[in-house]
Order: sequence, then C-alpha cells, then structure tokens
Amino acid sequence: MLSQESLAQIDRELAKYPADQRRSAIMGALRIAQTEKRYLTNELIEFVAGYVRIPPVAAYEVATFYNMYDRKPVGKYKLTVCTNLPCALSGGYSTAEYLKQKLGIGFGETTADGKYTLAEGECMGACGYAPVMLVNNHSMCSHMTPEAIEKKLAELE
Amino acid sequence: MLEIEIDGKKLTVPSGSTVMDAANSIGVHIPHFCYHKKLSIAANCRMCLVQVEKAPKPLPACATPVTDGMKVFTHSDQAVTAQKGVMEFLLINHPLDCPICDQGGECQLQDLAVGYGQSGSRYQEEKRVVANKDLGPLISTDMTRCIHCSRCVRFTEEIAGYQELGMANRGEFTEVLPFIGKTVNSEISGNVIDLCPVGALTSKPFRYSARTWELSRRKSVSPHDGLGANLVVQVKNHKVMRVLPLENEAINECWLADRDRFSYEALNSEERITKPMIKQGGVWQEADWQTALEFVANGLKGVIAEHGRDAVAAVATPHSTVEELFLLRKLMSGLGVDAVETRLRAADFSLKTAGATWLGQSIADLAASDAVLVIGSTLRKEQPLLAQRLRQSVKKGMQLAVINPHGDDLLTAKAAELVVRPDQLVEGVVQVLRALAEVKGIALQPNIENGSGDIPAEARAVAAVLAGKEKAAVLLGNIAQQHPRYAEIYAAAAAIAEATGAKLGVMSEAANSVGAQLVGAETGGDVFAKPRQAYFMLNAEAEFDVQNGAQALAAVQKAKLVVALSSFSSCALEHADVILPVSPFSETSGTFVNMEGRAQSFNGVVRPLGETRPAWKVLRVLGNVLGFAGFDYTTSEEIRDEALAGEIGPRLSNALAAPVAVKAQAASGLVRLGEVSIYQADMLSRRAPSLQKTADAAVAAQLRANAATLAKLGLAAGDRARAEQAGGVAELAVAVDAGLADDVIRVSANHPLTRALAGHVAAITVAKA
Repeated sequence: MLSQESLAQIDRELAKYPADQRRSAIMGALRIAQTEKRYLTNELIEFVAGYVRIPPVAAYEVATFYNMYDRKPVGKYKLTVCTNLPCALSGGYSTAEYLKQKLGIGFGETTADGKYTLAEGECMGACGYAPVMLVNNHSMCSHMTPEAIEKKLAELE
Repeated sequence: MLEIEIDGKKLTVPSGSTVMDAANSIGVHIPHFCYHKKLSIAANCRMCLVQVEKAPKPLPACATPVTDGMKVFTHSDQAVTAQKGVMEFLLINHPLDCPICDQGGECQLQDLAVGYGQSGSRYQEEKRVVANKDLGPLISTDMTRCIHCSRCVRFTEEIAGYQELGMANRGEFTEVLPFIGKTVNSEISGNVIDLCPVGALTSKPFRYSARTWELSRRKSVSPHDGLGANLVVQVKNHKVMRVLPLENEAINECWLADRDRFSYEALNSEERITKPMIKQGGVWQEADWQTALEFVANGLKGVIAEHGRDAVAAVATPHSTVEELFLLRKLMSGLGVDAVETRLRAADFSLKTAGATWLGQSIADLAASDAVLVIGSTLRKEQPLLAQRLRQSVKKGMQLAVINPHGDDLLTAKAAELVVRPDQLVEGVVQVLRALAEVKGIALQPNIENGSGDIPAEARAVAAVLAGKEKAAVLLGNIAQQHPRYAEIYAAAAAIAEATGAKLGVMSEAANSVGAQLVGAETGGDVFAKPRQAYFMLNAEAEFDVQNGAQALAAVQKAKLVVALSSFSSCALEHADVILPVSPFSETSGTFVNMEGRAQSFNGVVRPLGETRPAWKVLRVLGNVLGFAGFDYTTSEEIRDEALAGEIGPRLSNALAAPVAVKAQAASGLVRLGEVSIYQADMLSRRAPSLQKTADAAVAAQLRANAATLAKLGLAAGDRARAEQAGGVAELAVAVDAGLADDVIRVSANHPLTRALAGHVAAITVAKA
C-alpha cells in the first residue's frame, strides 16, 4: 500500500523507540503515509496500524485528533492559515480573506481544478512572523501580506 | 507509610497510594466516573476533585499521590463547588432521557446528579447528538449518553488485551467508537456494560425488558468453564432476566465472560421441555412423572435382565452438579451398572492419577507465578477469565510459554511458543523436556522415549522460560485433555514439571470436572465405542457433548432404551425413548467444584419451569421407584455432605498413579485440529441466540488452514470445502489461519455443521466442494 521509501522512513521512526513501545511511532508513520498518499483513508490508517503493530482504532484515534492529518482528499497545495490571536491581530484574517477571494473557496474547501485547499490552522509557534501560512503541512511562510501571497502562489503555479 | 488526614480523620497509607485509595480505605466516598480499581488512571472525568491543603486549586483524588502530612477535604465548600461545576458540564450534553434509558436506576450519573446536580440547567444551546455504533450482538449503544470516561476503551486495551474501542476526534466532537466496520469481539466484552457509568453501553439481549428495581438479585455460580465464576442472577416473575458478576477476588474478580453473562437466554428458550415424554410406537406422548419414572425403571430392569448389567451405561456432562452425579452413580450401582462417565469429550481414558486432577494450586497462586507453560489450549476461548488473569500477570513480569497446535493470539506477550501438528503434541512436549534435560544435565525418565533429531530452537526457548524459575506452573488445556494421547502428554508434562519444580495443573474443561472425579463418575471409558443396549443420559447430547459425536449418535440410535434427563427437547426428541425434563443450574440447588478444588454451592434462583424438576430429585425418586435403600434425601445439602464428606484438599492430586510409556510417533498427511468452540461447549451456550451471533461463533463454522496447505489443496479463502472423516462429511467455508502448522486442518468439533465428523485429532480429507 505504501512505497518502499515510505516504509523505510516508517522503519526509521520505529527505530527511535524501544521495541515494546512501537505505538510511539504512529504519529510519524501516519505523517509519512499522508505525505505519500496525500490523505489518509481508513484503509491506509489500518495498513499503517498493522505495520506499526497496534490496533487500527488506536491509529484512528490519532488520525482524527490532530487536524494536520487529512482524512478527505485535498488539493495539490494545502494552504493552512493561522487565525489564532497573535496572527489574527497581525492580519491573519485578512490573509485568509484575501486567499478566499483569490481562490474562490472557503475554509475546508478545494478549488474545482483540485489545485488548492484552504484550511484554517491553529498556532504554528511562529507568532513573531505573523501572519503565518503553512503549505502542505511542511513549509512555513511568514509575513503573509497580499504581496507575499501573490509571490507564493506564483511559485506554486 | 505516609500519614494523611482526610476530612479530619488521620490515617497512614502505603507510599504510592492515591488520595482515592486512602479515602476508600476508610470508607470515605469520593464521587467519580472514570476511576475504576481494575483499570489504569485516566483522571479525565474530573468528578473526584477534592480540596488539598496548600494546593492552589482542587485536585483529582484518583490521580493525586498521597504525600506525607497531606490534608484532604472531600466535602469542603471548595471541593463541593468543584464537583458541582464538573457535574454541570457533564450534564450539558447528556440527553437526560432517563425514563427511556436502560441504565435508569443503576446509573452512576443519575445517582451523582442527585447529590451534585442542580434542578435546572443554565445551558440553553442545542445539545450534541452522537450516532450509535454497532458493537456486535451483545452490546447496545446510545452514544449520545456517553460522558467520555474512557472506561470501556481502557477495558478493551488493558483487561481484554486488544484495544477494540477508541476515542476518536477531539473536543466537542469526541466519540467512542470501534474502528470503522469493526465490532467488539472479545470473549469478555460484556464487562463494558457493567463498567459504563451511564446508559451509553447496555446489554442488547436485556434491552427494554425490565427495570433494575423490579429485579431480585440472587447469587449463583456459572455452569460453564472450570473457573466457577460467581454470578448475580436477576429475576423477575420467576424468569431469569439477566446475569451480572458477583465480585469474588479469588475467582472472577469483578468480571464475567460473555458466556457466563449471556447464556441465560437459553433458560427461557422455546426448546425447553416442561413435561415428561415417552415415545410409544414411534410417537411422542406426554406423560405424568409417575408413569415416566416407572417406564424408566422397568425399561432399565428389563434391559439388565435380558442383556446383563454391562449393557447399560450412564453418561453425564461435567456441567452437572456434584449432587446429580453422586446420585447418578449411586443409582447405577443400585442397578449393578459400573459404567458412569463424564469425560465425554475425552479420547484417551487411560490416565490414572493418585487423586482428582485439578489446577494444582489456587487461581490466585497461579496468577502469582513467575513462569507458566500452557500445553494444548485455546486458552482465551476455553477459560476466558483465567486467560485475562494470566494477561495481568504477564504485565507484572510473569513469563508465558505455550506448546500448541495453533498460534492463536493470547493478546499478551508470549515469552516462547512452540507450534506443532496436533498429532505431534506429545513429541512437542518431549522436545521441550529434552531441551530441559540438556540444560539441567539430567536424564529422561526411563518410561519416556528420548526421540531423535535436533531439538528446535522454539522448544529450547520454551525450556528456557521454565528453567530456574522459583514459582512455575505447567497447565494442560482442553486440546490436551481431549487428545487421543492425553496420558502421554500428561506424563511428559509431569516430567517437565518435575524437572523444573513447577506445579502441574489441569484446567478443568467444565464447571464440575473436579467434582465429577470426586464422586467417581469416571468409570465408563468410551461407552459409545462398543454400543450398549441402554443409555442413561444426564444433561448430555450425543452428537454435541461426545468427542466422536457421529459414533455416539449411531450407538444411541441403535440402543433399545435411551433415557434422556435434559432441559431441552431438540436433541433428545431425535433419539431418546423417554425424556425426563430436568432443571438447568438456575432452577436447582447444587454444588460445583471448580478447577482449584473449591466447592461452591448455590440455590435455585427461580422455580422449575412447568413440570421440570431438579435432576437430583428425579434421581432420588427414581431410586425410590426402583426400591433402592439410601434414597431418602430431603435436601440437596444432605447429598452434598455425603458426596463430599471430609476435606476435598487431600483428595486432589495430579501425581501419576503409575508411569506412562511415552513413545515418539511419526506423523504425516492431513490432520484435523478439532476443538470445541467457545459457544458450543455446553447445552446452554449452544442455545443462547445472541452468543450464536458473535464473531467467535462465526469462526467456528469455518475450515481453517495455513496458506501453503490451502494452496496444496487447491483452495482459497472464501471457497467452500468438503471435509471427510470416517465417512462423515462437513461442508464449510474456507479461511486462512496463518498460525497453524503445515497440513493441519482446523475444523471445530461438536458443531451443527461438523457433527458428522469423527475424532478431534485424526486424519481428515479435504476437497473443494
């Protein structure tokens, strides 16, 4: 279900923990699975749970608790805008509004061409760079003024 | 030891205690939901908040360790304000549908809301609604009522051994659920019903049938496995409505297996027979007791007069009480009949021990072992609660090793495992013995053939688990006891126990296996191999209770006279000549002696249904009708006192009476592994509809083998296969069981689909159907 590279990465995660505490690696394992497959289906969650050797429901608990795990298809680029207080005070809402207008979608929606998904995010621990935006859960963009957004979107084209 | 003051009372508690433990020890009640003494501490309901001196805010009693000199106030203004606040939050999303809730009257939320809740709610917004989940045929859900205490989740993970339930999503969207498309399939799943402090998880079979305050609570003892779990049977209008555990730390703790909890459904089954019946000229006719008893008495006398006393055999299941078996034996000796047999599922009757075989120690002592070797057992299905106990012991450091003809998951860590073909179980045990002899530098006993070939690494690992352990045990399970070479397995296991100083134990197949031995109801051997003219059957059904059911059925059908003392009509109507309706455990007083040699007497919880009578009374009157002396008992206690006169302890012994020759045998070809599935083991569970809908019951209807064996046979999972044994045929769905050795065909025994097959461990042929 997953590529050899992903499995090798999960093995690396597993190696970080004692043999009798394999379940500790589930967050990393789900992240690796999601990076390869874009989002987590129930089948994929069950597969990862089997690989880590924990009950599937234990992996499901983790996958449904953290909002950076996607359980529905997302666009090629998932843009997560922080709207927690420091970002909100520094223009997080206008960043979000600008993106909504620009892409013609709301939070939790995907553009018709399947390119962008817009998501509302929680604090990313970079309030000094507010407003912040996360691309595909991995790359952080700071000071997201409309100009910065335009520049970023052009890069993503 | 630490000093603590709770509500002004000074006490000392061991270090490591929590405030909750300390309060419980002096009988101070702190309200709680998520705390449970047998589960890990979650501290997520927050109901047990108490005031602690010098602490800036209230602390949860269940998760706060006691420190020296701590002063706790459980009912101070601060504590009560905190508790009331928590209660208000808990009730925000609770539907308060108590009038239609099965938990009403025994609901902890309801009870605590009386003490800590307010008469009205300040919450005006919409309450949340949570979709119900399908947890299988035993547990009904109303998830909107859930307060997320997580007791059920922790139970499946910690006690049942496999997390089948989880807490998904977060915050307001949190819900308890099984993984998508899965149900809760544990053999002890019903305990989550007791654990649930609200009405989110309730009993499906019991649903909407009674209110807790209408039910009377009566003590009883489980008639199923050899543990003898203590029950509270709840009764309304002379009908058993449900079964709950009666806490007994030495036996079942606070748990019950699903079989103990839900088999009561059979007690109210349509199949109950309530009047004596006699077959005359091939037609069944109802009769009164006097006529039926005289028919039986004359019939037995007639057969004995014509064919001699060896032409009669009495058989009973070891689920019968001490009193019943004692009177059966006494009645038969009055007739001059020697053959009384309760080892119906055995294939090897040659084992002779110095006393009644038993666990060899108490259940609590077993749980405190350093190492346990289990030989030939589907442990979780044979002894669900004993398996649970050993699981807890493994967590505390016990090492568990198994020698089995399958690789079933015990849902706990196995320190070592040797999987063999079922017909090579003896050889497997001997290999471990050889490994031990090598390690210890001792010679094998002369009666045990050394065998040749290399000792597999798995056998060495099993030996290593036992070697050098202070407190070890070797246990024999049902597969071993029902094995055609039981005596050899027993002797080899006894040699392992001797070499390691371990205690040898037999896990009793049935509730009264030990009692049956104590009253000497094991004198017949295989009474169906050579058909008799007359069979006297107590609580026994030929095709379901006897190892070779097909052979037993044929013998019974050929017999001139078959007397069935049974609670159920279905099987008896097919081949008996007279049926005497006798009470199941719920309608009679009696005694079971469990696997640790503990005699547990119980009373009937309801009156006998219709004209049904307790079997001990029937046997007593039959003794009178036959004119035998010594049948004047007026109570079952008199019979018990005579049957179990003196102490039981000295009469229990697992020591071999004489050495058994153990000879290595080679094996090849397809072999059957036939074990009796959990819900086919006795008359009651066979007839409990909800148990028959479980996943365990579904597995029993399959033919299982490993992938290589299936490929060799040209079969794939999902196919239908035809299994044949000694002329008997069974057609079953095929499934893969990766834990089996090559050429092993796992087909459960004494099952409606497989009853035509012969021995549990014997050659079998399989073809695509």
